Amino acid sequence: MSGWMLIDVALFAILLCSGIAIAKIRQLFAVAMLSGIFSLTSACIFVMQDAVDVAFTEAAVGAGMTTVLLLGALALTRTREKLTPTARSVPALLVALTTGALLVHASGDLPAFGIEDSPVQTHPVTERYLVSSVEEIGVPNVVTSVLASYRGYDTFGEVVVIFTAAVAVLMLLGQRAPREVRERAAPMRDRQRVLRVIAKLLIPFILLFGLYVQFHGDYGPGGGFQAGVIFAAGVVLYALVFGLDAARAAVPMRALRPLLAAGVLLYGGVGVATLLLGGAFLDYDLLAAEDPVAGQHLGILLVELGVGITVTSAMIMLFYGFAGRGIGRGVGRS
Amino acid sequence: MSLLQSILQITADLALGAGVLLVLTGAAGLHRLSEFFMRTHAASITDSAGAGLVILGLLLRSEEFATALRLLLILLFLLFTSPTASHALAQAALGDGLKPRTGKPHARDGAQTP
Repeated sequence: MSGWMLIDVALFAILLCSGIAIAKIRQLFAVAMLSGIFSLTSACIFVMQDAVDVAFTEAAVGAGMTTVLLLGALALTRTREKLTPTARSVPALLVALTTGALLVHASGDLPAFGIEDSPVQTHPVTERYLVSSVEEIGVPNVVTSVLASYRGYDTFGEVVVIFTAAVAVLMLLGQRAPREVRERAAPMRDRQRVLRVIAKLLIPFILLFGLYVQFHGDYGPGGGFQAGVIFAAGVVLYALVFGLDAARAAVPMRALRPLLAAGVLLYGGVGVATLLLGGAFLDYDLLAAEDPVAGQHLGILLVELGVGITVTSAMIMLFYGFAGRGIGRGVGRS
Repeated sequence: MSLLQSILQITADLALGAGVLLVLTGAAGLHRLSEFFMRTHAASITDSAGAGLVILGLLLRSEEFATALRLLLILLFLLFTSPTASHALAQAALGDGLKPRTGKPHARDGAQTP
């Protein structure tokens, strides 16, 4: 067994163990933490398979942001799982087992891993993406070419989904807690001197790294989605250490609300601009007068910026939404 | 040149070995120790001293400047964040009312030494 395979086996073992632990443990706080570990392990597996962009997203969203939001949600509800009666969990078990058996059965028809005549390798689109994208788009990171240019519609759809989800969650949660409960959370801060110093030291670098990931996505792993989450993580860290009110003062809701829409509008606006220039929706070739590759570069830059802006504001607003409610309901209390 | 290289090599191997040993110690401690604060201590050994030494060993063995710089940045980041995380964890537990067990190690069994 080679060293790489050993790492793969170890990672999948960790994944399996944390999956079983998540199903078994009734303490939801531990489950939230374990789901973070699950995501981080998945990210490692994606790295092992050379899918660095996906790993980046999984680590930032799954292990970072989702864990914080889950904890925020836990503060609003109870922290112990309510047991389902056995009579009701039997059908669920049957459904899960049947689905699992079907999937295992179907996996027999999949081509072997890494085989050279699998449809992924022989389909003409693969050739187009991997070979022609260098001339057509001129961006070293093929993932960015595919995501922002060839499949630009799909990515636009994803941004709209994030926008819609953020709006829906905010409508459900409301945007601020009553004033008297917000003030009760203040005395917590005195004990956290070390945390505050370190956070102050790290936050500028987190934000800088977010900008790097945003604008370096053409050349290396990264792009608007990852950058947005990292940028939001900097603000969330600030809110966790210095208090929600300080964060709301630094990054106010009235700035985030227009930004949430502005990102989607920027993305859609690029599409409309290419329509007005006489091309198809999101056909970046027309953005620069003579050089299609320069047009592609400009289009990808703007579109990724739109993604980044929307994701950043959506993540921060979701956190504000959960944390604003949580302060009144237990986070500040015990 | 060659002497320097072998010194670097030996230092790197020592750091890697010590790092692995500390990671294992931390894992054993996390498993065996009886109380929250002791286990936090064991966990913090794993992610500050253990991981730090492993990265230091890799740093000494790295051949390219770019790799070395990245490892150095990761090491710095780790040195700032891991102890802080352990500190925050212990502080949170204290703030929640969990008292660290003090006194003689056998006191909990009721068999107090005279």
